[in-house]
Amino acid sequence: MKLELQGITKVFGSLVANDHIDLVVEPGEIHALLGENGAGKSTLMNVLYGLYDPDDGQILLDGAPATFKGPGDAVAAGIGMVHQHFMLVPVFTVAESVALGYEPTGAAGVLKLDEARRRVTEISDRFGFHVDPDARIEDLPVGVQQRVEIIKALSRDAKVLILDEPTAVLTPQETDELIGIMRELKEAGTSIVFITHKLREVRAIADRITVIRRGKVVGEASPSSTETELASLMVGRSVSLTVDKTPAQPGEASFEVDGLSVIAANGTVLVDDISFDVRAGEILCVAGVQGNGQTELAEVILGIEEADAGSIRLGGEPILGKGVKERLRSGIGFVPEDRSTDGVVSSFSIAENLVLDLYDTAPFARGVSMSPATVAANAEQRTEEFDVRYTSVHDPISTLSGGNAQKVVLAREMSRPLRLLVASQPTRGLDVGSIEFVHKRVVEERDRGTPVIIVSTELDEVLGLADRIAVMYRGRIVGIVDAVDEHGTRVNRDVLGLMMAGVPLEDAQQQAAEHHSVLGAADLDGDGVPDHLQRPAGEPTGEHRHTSAPATTEEHP
Amino acid sequence: MSTATQPHQATPSDETSVQRTRPKVSLKSTIVYALAALVTLLAWVLDTPADARTTFQFGSSGDLFRIPNVPVPALGFLVVLLVVMLAATAFSFWRYRERRPLPAWVHVVVGASFVLAFLTFVGAGRSTVIPMVSLLAGALALSVPLVFGAMSGVICERSGIINIAIEGQLLFGAFAGAVAASAAGSGYVGLIAAPIAGGLVGAGLAWFAVTFRVNQIIVGVVLNTLIIGLTGFLFSTVLSDNKALWNTRMPLPRIRIPLLADIPVIGPVLFNQTILVYLMYALVIGLQIMLFRSRWGLRTRAVGEHPKAADTVGIKVNVRRVWNTILGGAIAGLGGAFFTVGSGLAFGREMSAGQGYIALAAMILGKWNPWGAVMAALLFGFSKNLGNVLSTIGSGVPSELLLMLPYVITILAVAGFVGRVRPPAAEGVPYTKS
Repeated sequence: MKLELQGITKVFGSLVANDHIDLVVEPGEIHALLGENGAGKSTLMNVLYGLYDPDDGQILLDGAPATFKGPGDAVAAGIGMVHQHFMLVPVFTVAESVALGYEPTGAAGVLKLDEARRRVTEISDRFGFHVDPDARIEDLPVGVQQRVEIIKALSRDAKVLILDEPTAVLTPQETDELIGIMRELKEAGTSIVFITHKLREVRAIADRITVIRRGKVVGEASPSSTETELASLMVGRSVSLTVDKTPAQPGEASFEVDGLSVIAANGTVLVDDISFDVRAGEILCVAGVQGNGQTELAEVILGIEEADAGSIRLGGEPILGKGVKERLRSGIGFVPEDRSTDGVVSSFSIAENLVLDLYDTAPFARGVSMSPATVAANAEQRTEEFDVRYTSVHDPISTLSGGNAQKVVLAREMSRPLRLLVASQPTRGLDVGSIEFVHKRVVEERDRGTPVIIVSTELDEVLGLADRIAVMYRGRIVGIVDAVDEHGTRVNRDVLGLMMAGVPLEDAQQQAAEHHSVLGAADLDGDGVPDHLQRPAGEPTGEHRHTSAPATTEEHP
Repeated sequence: MSTATQPHQATPSDETSVQRTRPKVSLKSTIVYALAALVTLLAWVLDTPADARTTFQFGSSGDLFRIPNVPVPALGFLVVLLVVMLAATAFSFWRYRERRPLPAWVHVVVGASFVLAFLTFVGAGRSTVIPMVSLLAGALALSVPLVFGAMSGVICERSGIINIAIEGQLLFGAFAGAVAASAAGSGYVGLIAAPIAGGLVGAGLAWFAVTFRVNQIIVGVVLNTLIIGLTGFLFSTVLSDNKALWNTRMPLPRIRIPLLADIPVIGPVLFNQTILVYLMYALVIGLQIMLFRSRWGLRTRAVGEHPKAADTVGIKVNVRRVWNTILGGAIAGLGGAFFTVGSGLAFGREMSAGQGYIALAAMILGKWNPWGAVMAALLFGFSKNLGNVLSTIGSGVPSELLLMLPYVITILAVAGFVGRVRPPAAEGVPYTKS
């Protein structure tokens, strides 16, 4: 099926999310939609999927105009979508999830669960998904959940499959498998729209690339473009893809975690007996797929989550048992994972958000009264220093873009003299400019001699920022590796990827030497410097085709 | 519900398991058991004369076989029960030391022992018998509106609407049932009017909660107050002016099911009831099946857990919520009919007396499952009836304190289980696109 979008426009209030976007997806092609966070990619796809009504423009299927009043219409027309945040009910089984909305039923609306199971097994077997129809969604790893989403779309005969940031939650190995699945689907004649901001993946898989910036199509690119070319097209200026930093000058281990465990109310072990230390003047990145205990680890350090066992010492002094305020004032800076709910109070002004931590101390307060003038003056100074773009410091912080709001959080957390900086997902959802700024600030803090912990699920960020990398899997630390070893060799992407799936360090190194992933192969020198397009021949996954490093590769025709 | 006891402790380094769990254990149960044993010892065992007897009555007048009364030596029986409680205390402490969770049946054993000990103490040395059949029959009767209310709650909350208005639905159902039955001269007509009245209250809740996205708890409470005022006003004007026409007692006849009703003890309790109680059995069984095995149930749960996911597969979230709320209201309204036509009473001001809130608590205690909610409703009904029966027998405990029993149990039971229950994820959150 040929899909055309003509002049699609979608306006939210004063924001033009999509500005006359044209897009053509040919049958059986993998079409990448490349753009920064907030460029309008997801809005466009939600219009296509019938979730949003476009303000202007039309959708053509095989040349005939189509209007979708809701997702049901889009599905009936052969459009399937795998959302970035999966549309799966956690307490349902796989069969129930796939059946939902299209249930096979007998008398009195009673479900024919056997038939629902059969549907799942049929598609699962055809594409080698290995999905158990009776497993509960919440018990499945995200990679498998994603396959359930794909099965959902395929079971409704999708001819065009939209994948919205499908790799955001996957380990590199799972990403490899996804790329394999995408190729198989393409062979079977399904068109795929692949939404992403990750340059490496686009080059590895796409047949055609459309780049979107600030709601407009700014150009088409071929997959043989270099990462730098794609990045400058996406951002609108030339950008550096690496983090500028000098080798760390680590001092004493000034932050130590020993035997720490966190157990949820239902008995699930979230953090399982982990120990590590961070030295002054180094960045320790905690890598891992979302939901492997990193969030809880960060929260225990601040004190908003309770530890069930173990100890944490800052400068030799135990901090468990102290209150959050006490910990903050003893020099912990904390950038929470979810900026909008935990980082700022969205109805408060920018100025107020900048003193959330110190509002009750001099010079911002005298006795029971606050001093608005000092608070405002402080805000002017901080926003200047952290390059926050705003209209007035008295505006609610919700009027700021994600990048600027994050800068406010950083400005607040870094304005105290720090003895430890903990930042969870500090660049999630930010544009490239803000990411560069955040990374620069984090490195500066390190160079000032502060121990820094960065929790990140983005492998590129981890590789760019870290001096040492701790990989977490199911609440445990699989291993801690130096970002650059004593021989000056950078840690291998594939090794980290395997560790993120729970493979211990030695085994991961061995496996990585035997088999290079699609994405690892696309950047063999692993230094983030763009190289020529390299694509392994034949099937990418599952088989150990490449027996020696470097992988046998060939130029794409 | 109870986790099976495992012969060996699972090794903590079980790498193959999908998700490692290490149960959070606490001494809460041990302490409660120890307190129960202590009360039994100090208040009852030491206070019971050695030669006193307690007589339990298991028969009822219509039995096929006459079951003789069972006299037991009070002190001996109390000591046995005390030993059971102490054993449970020790067992729970051992489980705590082993860091293993306590199976749910221990709670039941301790609870039953404690109640039996209390009954034994009350009946010791008295000529009156402890009437077990009427204790259970009364418990079932008092549970009926709770069960209907709790089923209403399950249907609404599983689709994401908090139904605090159960109280108002029960009351309006009781009112409409009484008035319609009285006017038509048949109790059965009341059973048609009652669900319509409850459904109307449900429709009001849905209208405000879904269309205007008003906080559901506030709308529910306001509706309850409105219904109390409305029925109270009509009661003191229209119903009092012509009592013969609008508010005559119109009881439903009891229907005795042959054979089943002849089963000793539980037969007369369960199978010599009005049509309303049989409808309740059908409702509970039907809802349990439909909720987990039908298209309606699947979509209802999807809408309550993850409305956006339901929307992306073409399910109309708000339409489903509105209909479920109306259906839930109708079911609570039918339950309300039990207060009037179901019990053979005329309508009285505020006769639902907070049962709607207890029904909601039963639903929570039952973990949003029909079966669980029924068990919880029976527990509340039993505790209430226990209070009633004991104040009739004369236990020495002030009757006002005994009347507090169901509410104390509600608070203890709900508090004891909070944290272990998981409500529908989207409960109380209005759904809007984008």
